[in-house]
Amino acid sequence: MKQKKEFDYFDRPETIKKLWIMLYVLCGLTVAPDLFTHKHPHFGFDGFFAFYALLGFVSCAVLILFSKLVALVLKVKEDYYDK
Amino acid sequence: MTSDFSPAALLIIGALLVPFFRGNARNWFVIILPAAAFYLVSQLQVGSSWQVHFFGFDLTFLRVDKLSKVFGYIFTLNAFAAFVYAFYLKDSTQHMAALLYIGSALGVVFAGDLVSLYFFWEVMAVASTFLILARKTKKSQAAGTRYILVHIFGGLCLLAGMVIYITQTGSIAFNAMTDRNWGTYLILAGILINAAAPPLHAWLPDAYPEATVTGGVILSAYTTKTAVYTLIRGFPGWEVLMVVGCMMTLYGIIYALLENDMRRILAYSIINQVGFMVAGVGIGTMMSLNGSAAHAFCHIIYKALLWMSAGAVLHMTGKSKCTDLGGLYKTMPFTLIFGTIGALSISSVPWTSGFTSKSLIIDGAVHEHLMWVWLILEVASAGVFLHAGIKFPYFVFFAKDKGLRPGETNKPMLIAMGFLSFLCIFLGVYPKPLYDVLPYEVHYQAYTFNHVIAQFQLLLLSALVFFLFLKLLKRTDTISIDTDWFYRKGGRLFYYIFDHVLNGINRISDRVFVGGLAKNLGRVSGHAPEILALAALVPLWSAAGTTGRKLQDRVARTRAALATGTGPVGISAALATLFVVVVFLLM
Repeated sequence: MKQKKEFDYFDRPETIKKLWIMLYVLCGLTVAPDLFTHKHPHFGFDGFFAFYALLGFVSCAVLILFSKLVALVLKVKEDYYDK
Repeated sequence: MTSDFSPAALLIIGALLVPFFRGNARNWFVIILPAAAFYLVSQLQVGSSWQVHFFGFDLTFLRVDKLSKVFGYIFTLNAFAAFVYAFYLKDSTQHMAALLYIGSALGVVFAGDLVSLYFFWEVMAVASTFLILARKTKKSQAAGTRYILVHIFGGLCLLAGMVIYITQTGSIAFNAMTDRNWGTYLILAGILINAAAPPLHAWLPDAYPEATVTGGVILSAYTTKTAVYTLIRGFPGWEVLMVVGCMMTLYGIIYALLENDMRRILAYSIINQVGFMVAGVGIGTMMSLNGSAAHAFCHIIYKALLWMSAGAVLHMTGKSKCTDLGGLYKTMPFTLIFGTIGALSISSVPWTSGFTSKSLIIDGAVHEHLMWVWLILEVASAGVFLHAGIKFPYFVFFAKDKGLRPGETNKPMLIAMGFLSFLCIFLGVYPKPLYDVLPYEVHYQAYTFNHVIAQFQLLLLSALVFFLFLKLLKRTDTISIDTDWFYRKGGRLFYYIFDHVLNGINRISDRVFVGGLAKNLGRVSGHAPEILALAALVPLWSAAGTTGRKLQDRVARTRAALATGTGPVGISAALATLFVVVVFLLM
């Protein structure tokens, strides 16, 4: 009996490349409206061009790096409490 | 209204009836119960009923207003979905514990006074423990024990606070607390333990991931959300809650990023999400309190959905660590789709329920010009997408294929997940039914062009960071030390220190007092008569001319006589007389 070929679309390198392109395009598309929309900033600085994009990028980068930093102290082996 | 029947009572009585059912009838029974309870909640009229006079207190078991109703709705709705999910389960202990747990959570929500609230609060703690113990592994037994101990401590804080509060005010009514003193702060601490606010949060990521598959789904909803309810009711506008809430949002993210176990990731993300609600209570405006209630409502749905999809994976593969999982999209596509809907909702992607509820809290902060609160909550929103929105589905369903081919999970699980997925999207697209049941009137439009664009910018750039930093996020087979260290390792350290210090003191005392002092004292006491007698007699004999061998002979004879208590009557009498004379002179 011939086996059905497994669905492995997301494992293929060309798919991953496509997804990367898609991600960049989507990022661009969400930032683009900032060029022409009129915003109503509440605090002032939240009206800057691509403010939320920048906020998302910077805060996530900082969160990841910070978690890597605390990992140096906090990460322990799985059986730490069993010993 | 006399026609009102307490939904809490329905579930608690139902829990006691579970053993009378067998097989599928039992599973249908536990599904119908919360559905009936949901109907009861919808029929409740605003007001107080079920009042009982008890030990000099007037208890109110059914206080109905919009706030208690909104929590009543979601508690019963989620219970319904959870029991559909648990249809495969043939364990009446878990069903009973779950019904008792959910019933007492409803009891807390509808309690009109502190005494009955406390009663249900404690029943909740006990019943929920059985959902952890039911996993029947060594780890779950230990985690369950730690869980109940922490909750007993929390319950004691609450009780102590209530006693002070009731003594001071003379009233057991539970309404917004205005006085700030020891009593109210202790009550707040007791509640915050249940809300899993750091540093008193470690019980949650310690115990929930050790619970059973369905236990995790059920636990994720009630304990923390009854705490949120109690905060909204009792502590609106307490500024300290803004600080606590903001800290919780960030704390949850950092730990979720470090975690390897998928259910532990979800456990930390509960802390993160409850942080938003607690911050909303701290802001304390009608809008933000609405936001906290709405977010609790939506959160229960999508968090249960996430726990369900993780549970389905655990159920099918027996694994829960990201390092063991991956590539499951090939064989569990429906679980992936439903799990992803939950992940998008928790990240508050527009047109999912998280967007329509969380925006109320964040805009609540903006309206009060709380720049820092707003900024932290926005940062945390971005972080949610990192740890729960992408990390969870990515490492479980994609990432590296680990060769697992479990196949799709059972139908009831899929139906339950499908139902909750529908609710996530429904409340995202059409939030009006939710807004209508919130405690205060809502004048809010989440969907403005700028708001949607801003949210997409925030989220997509977060996604970009995730994939750019993917190497840094690679999973390792590790756990992270959290504050439970203090009672897990610290407990042992404590034991070690006290073992050595106290037992050391013990040993020294033994040597000094038992071995040394007592022995010497004994010897001294034993020989005191002879020493005293000889001290008196030897000079006397010497003066009388007895010397050398004869004196030594007399000394030896006297010693022997005193040791055996057979001294000549004359000497004994003389000594006794001497003693009396000395005592007389001294007096």
